[in-house]
Amino acid sequence: MYQYIYDGSFAGLLSTIFEIYDRKNWPDSIVKESAKQPCLFGQQVLVTTDEQKANRVWMGIGKKVSVLFQTNLYHTYLSEKPNAEMLIYQFMRLAFANAVNIEDNFAEDCVREIASTARQIFREKHRMEAFIRFQKTADNLYFASIEPDFNVVPLLINHFQKRYADQQWLIYDVKRNYGIYYDLIRVTEVTLDNSNDGKAGALQNAVLQQHETLYQDLWKLYFKSVNIQERKNKKLHLRHMPIRYWKYLTEKQIKPEDIR
Amino acid sequence: MNDKIQGKLKILADAAKYDVSCSSSGGKRKNVNKGIGNAEGMGICHSYTEDGRCFSLLKILLTNYCIFDCAYCVTRRSNDIKRAAFTVEEVVDLTLNFYRRNYIEGLFLSSGIFKDADYTMERLVRIAKKLRLEHNFNGYIHLKTIPGASDELIQEAGLYADRLSVNIELPTEVSLQKLAPEKNYEQILLPMGTISQKLIQSKEEKKLFKLAPNFAPAGQSSQLIVGATAENDQEILQLSDQLYQQFKLKRVYYSGYVPVSTDKRMLVTTQTPVIRENRIYQADWLMRFYGFGVNEIVNDTFPNLDLEIDPKLAWALRNRAFFPVEINTADYEMILRVPGIGVKSAKKIVSARRFASLSFDHLQKIGVVLKRAKFFITCRGKSLEHKDYSDQLIRRIILFGEGSRRNDLVKQQLSLFQ
Repeated sequence: MYQYIYDGSFAGLLSTIFEIYDRKNWPDSIVKESAKQPCLFGQQVLVTTDEQKANRVWMGIGKKVSVLFQTNLYHTYLSEKPNAEMLIYQFMRLAFANAVNIEDNFAEDCVREIASTARQIFREKHRMEAFIRFQKTADNLYFASIEPDFNVVPLLINHFQKRYADQQWLIYDVKRNYGIYYDLIRVTEVTLDNSNDGKAGALQNAVLQQHETLYQDLWKLYFKSVNIQERKNKKLHLRHMPIRYWKYLTEKQIKPEDIR
Repeated sequence: MNDKIQGKLKILADAAKYDVSCSSSGGKRKNVNKGIGNAEGMGICHSYTEDGRCFSLLKILLTNYCIFDCAYCVTRRSNDIKRAAFTVEEVVDLTLNFYRRNYIEGLFLSSGIFKDADYTMERLVRIAKKLRLEHNFNGYIHLKTIPGASDELIQEAGLYADRLSVNIELPTEVSLQKLAPEKNYEQILLPMGTISQKLIQSKEEKKLFKLAPNFAPAGQSSQLIVGATAENDQEILQLSDQLYQQFKLKRVYYSGYVPVSTDKRMLVTTQTPVIRENRIYQADWLMRFYGFGVNEIVNDTFPNLDLEIDPKLAWALRNRAFFPVEINTADYEMILRVPGIGVKSAKKIVSARRFASLSFDHLQKIGVVLKRAKFFITCRGKSLEHKDYSDQLIRRIILFGEGSRRNDLVKQQLSLFQ
């Protein structure tokens, strides 16, 4: 039994796969360093991350599958699923062993599972693009906090940088305690201290821009006005907008005085 | 001022909600010169109403003052309701501020007709123009074309909007004349024709000059009301088929009539035909993505869609001669026609079978609904069913089959008589 341990980065995972092929000791599990546990019977291998090795694996798999499926592999890594590393390894093993591109072979378990995991990640990213609600602060920063199911923050950069090119914004993942900040020129990764101050990421009224509450109220009013009461369909509503996302949705923050 | 704008938003969003379209897809406008916004090719639904509809756009009327008196419409002249009107500035301000907070994908602007068609249309165009030119806004804009507006205004609208739409309102001209005496089909079809011509023209120009101006890059759509008049599904679907063929519309929307009107000209309806609307949408999808002809779905023998089962299953049951289909060898087009197999599963099947011959186990994992599909397919020459079922029996098994929730319902109802 072989267990490989890597530092948790994507490059680390790719280095692990290089190491596996180098040693020809096929793994039974691959775990992050933070999640490692003493192993009774097997042998543990601690892998040091090597950018060059990682790059070779990445280029190598690039010759075997399309760019699209390469992103699927990266998305699977971001899913933080317990078996994500093994899935990626199994897929790569299959891909390297075949002369033809096997990414469309949906009869194979690992191919299908990676495709569906990547699909889940994509969906979560897409949901975040929809459900992020910025609040404007007095110093003209648009701030939003989120708690996505998967670690999708790195995937959001491209979309938001393109869309809101003329405003400063900050998207913060409360669960994983890091965020991305755009300063009108570039996006940087940031970590806040005391980020747990605000209740569910809501900013204190004092730091909000003067008209912010007006637009929030207008949005809530709009949300109420477009509903067709005669066609009410709670089940469908919840399927599209699961309750776990409500915490950060402006239109779902109903104050007691709003209920009349 | 705040109270005033809240009051207006309430009235004018409420009045606009019966327009079904809220899609923001199809446009690929880029954000240039560090302006605000871009249009995502696939569209983003930012929120969902409690009736389960997506809303991605700020959908409002510029005003609900209207000189027309259409029986099915809440804002008709003779209806006694509160009226309001936004100024151009107010709409621009709302759109930008909502957009910056990531509430919306853009603006859907329609209007009641005040003074005359051109006067109203000119206002709508002015808002779009202001957003694009003065505020460098590149989000999605959907403009409603006012029936009877001049060609020049429509042409100008197309330069700034991503999508234009003209509502056909009712499935036949006779009912339109009865319920909306001021409107006629010519008034509606004429701008539709103009727009589709311009779309083709702009596409041709784009081929020659890369920088030729865009014309409504997300195309045009239309909407008609279902259940307000006596037309059957055949008439409705044939009309939309014609619209797709002739005017190359991106979408036809169907709006199940919500009884908002007590007008004497209307049929007496008490409920919104939600299931019928759903079946019509399914049929619409079959025409657009599954390669079905309109006559295969509805024809003189079956002028109405079956409300209990979906139109694809209904077609399959009427045409048992085409089945069973062998999954490992059949054409993609034929696999697509099997009930229980959608576009995604069909594509997966076709690409996976190049690597291995597929079994029922594979199909299940790929996502095929075997409960439906099993009556219509074979895998490696074998079927999951050993008996030869009649159409009626298959229908009954799929509807009330073991373990479905409907089954419980039926049992419960039967026990009443015991």
